[in-house]
Amino acid sequence: MKKTLLSTAIGAAVFGIASAASAGTLEDVKAKGFIQCGVNTGLAGFAQPDASGNWKGFDVDYCRAVAAAVFGDPDKVKYTPTTAQSRFTALQSGEVDLLARNTTWSIGRDTALGFNFRYVNYYDGQGFMVPKSLNVKSALELSGAAVCVQSGTTTELNLADYFRANNLEYKPVVFEKLEEVNAAYQAGRCDVYTTDQSGLYSIRLAVSNPDDHVVLPEIISKEPLAPAVRQGDDKWFDIVTWTGYALVQAEEMGITQANVDEIKGSSTNPDVRRFLGVEQDTKVGTDLGLTNDWAYNIIKGVGNYGEVFERNIGADTPLKIQRGLNALWTKGGLQYAPPIR
Amino acid sequence: MTDHAIRVSSHRGDSKVSPIYDPRVRSIFFQILTAVIVVLAVWSISNNVATNLARANIASGYGFLSGRSGFDIGFAMISYSSDSTYGRAILVGLLNTLLIAVTGIITATIIGFIIGIGRLSKNWLIAKLCTVYVEVFRNIPPLLVIFFWYSGVLSSLPQVRDSLELPLGMFLNNRGLAFPKPVWGETAWVIPIALLIGIVASVVVASWAKRRQMRTGEQFHTIWVSIGLIVGIPVLAFLAAGAPLTFDFPVAGRFNLSGGSVIAPEFVALYLALSFYTASFIAEIIRAGIRGVAKGQSEAAFALGLQPSTTTRLVVVPQAMRIIIPPLTSQYLNLTKNSSLGVAIGFPELVSTGGTTMNQTGQAVEIISIWLIVYLTISIATSLFMNWFNARMALVER
Repeated sequence: MKKTLLSTAIGAAVFGIASAASAGTLEDVKAKGFIQCGVNTGLAGFAQPDASGNWKGFDVDYCRAVAAAVFGDPDKVKYTPTTAQSRFTALQSGEVDLLARNTTWSIGRDTALGFNFRYVNYYDGQGFMVPKSLNVKSALELSGAAVCVQSGTTTELNLADYFRANNLEYKPVVFEKLEEVNAAYQAGRCDVYTTDQSGLYSIRLAVSNPDDHVVLPEIISKEPLAPAVRQGDDKWFDIVTWTGYALVQAEEMGITQANVDEIKGSSTNPDVRRFLGVEQDTKVGTDLGLTNDWAYNIIKGVGNYGEVFERNIGADTPLKIQRGLNALWTKGGLQYAPPIR
Repeated sequence: MTDHAIRVSSHRGDSKVSPIYDPRVRSIFFQILTAVIVVLAVWSISNNVATNLARANIASGYGFLSGRSGFDIGFAMISYSSDSTYGRAILVGLLNTLLIAVTGIITATIIGFIIGIGRLSKNWLIAKLCTVYVEVFRNIPPLLVIFFWYSGVLSSLPQVRDSLELPLGMFLNNRGLAFPKPVWGETAWVIPIALLIGIVASVVVASWAKRRQMRTGEQFHTIWVSIGLIVGIPVLAFLAAGAPLTFDFPVAGRFNLSGGSVIAPEFVALYLALSFYTASFIAEIIRAGIRGVAKGQSEAAFALGLQPSTTTRLVVVPQAMRIIIPPLTSQYLNLTKNSSLGVAIGFPELVSTGGTTMNQTGQAVEIISIWLIVYLTISIATSLFMNWFNARMALVER
């Protein structure tokens, strides 16, 4: 009898692994009560724990916005720091529900890797940083240089293509972790640091004398950085995507974290009322699988796109990044939300 | 015969032992149970992987290996560029792993022998120094030893623009050691052939000398003659071919030294770290091996009138080897496997190039299976070789 019990238990354990397939991500997230969000291991302005261990940054705020949409509470997020190499496996395997980690949207990742991207939260491009003392004015002067780069990134591929296309020689110095690349650049192991330009501004803050380093003007690639989810869960994909569009829409409508309560109470504009879920019989939120005040929760929780940008990486932060391509479409940028109705 | 067998089994039945307590039944039951669990687990894991991959729309299979890699590798022993395939990128990594393993094993063995014998020295200072070495390196995780050497190399060596100029046109800076690259002329092919002839000739001389010593007891200076043959013949061939050798000297370029060959600091750091780390274990194995030879053996050798050096070479070491070789094999395997830590300092070994490939293609399961198979193959090959060597050294009983 004992033996039968034992074998049944082992058999069940073995089959248990097989049948641990998940229901929808939204249901899973609601059941466990928080969102597991994959972020960078530490990129100032985008995702970095502060002195008291709270994650802060542009990408972190995206995770918080999704949590606000789902739970009405931006704090219901747990963060998984991922390296450039571990991020995709973490998402594929279901270790994280959402990857908001300055990840470039490319067709290969959208198809062969089995991910979905749609909303681009930061339009970026790859650049180069060099010590001022080298007296380099353009990337075309870099022939023969040793270039530090993080492995397993689109950056690494663009670098090879750019130097080959311009008949320049270079020596790649490749590390898996961002901190290791920073240390090697600072130790003078390489002459040039290449990554997304936003990243270069952030890394320049991390080296000992930021003013001794200069970011070259060339942008050698398109790097649309977008949050990613697994393929095959359209409902969750919709929620993650429209959270981003809600942030942009709020900025376009002039709704901020400070005035959202007032506008919600007083506005007569049907567009705004529908967006904030106060219009009679609106179904925008419930059709998403959320409550109708989802957009209100997002803005109340993290603010609109412009606020998130300025708070983490904008002109008043040490990074001092201009809006540029990331301005609203009405101001000559690319941030554009489809109609929310 | 049959009667007897029946009687035995009926005798067992008489004592009313239930099959649960029958060791034979038990062992068969547990063997079947284990087999079933293993089969179920393997089936369930592979089924799970296949289902998950299909659900995530991830293509499977090894076809991706022939795709263009698109990334460069800083340290390659075979020609490689971003136009090469993923398969070749992994091969570059594998060769770098083997390079570290082979050079590391040789160096670790040499250091290990010196330190191990040093600990047995009658000189107090040498013995204590060797003890300190062993205790320090044996008790630090290998990854920290690697970081120690790497940051040691990076921070203590001069920047590239203040390179240290060494004799013979060499430069040393924190991007490595640059040295003149030999460029062989057209007639240089005679040199390796001459080297081969030298080796064959010295083998012939050695076996002749041994036979002569067996017959007459006369000794012959085999070592000196062999060195003369192995070095002398290629040198003569080199001169006869008109010295077909020029050097490509490293010169300071705008950013880096250009020309010449460079030994990268990542390689040096990993090589030194693994050699020093593993040598501390090897030293203890050597000491144990020598201590393991009974004292009576050397006393007997002295009684026969053998010199101390001859005693060590002919009596102690051959017996110590029997104790040393099996644990030494494990250390060689450890060093080979520890080379995968090179990924932490950006040395492009198998795990590093495979990891990049995995990230660019998303073929995690395939890459990991390649890693497993490659390390398994290297380890088994090393074990087989060492087992063969051990069998040769083992006591021949007559």
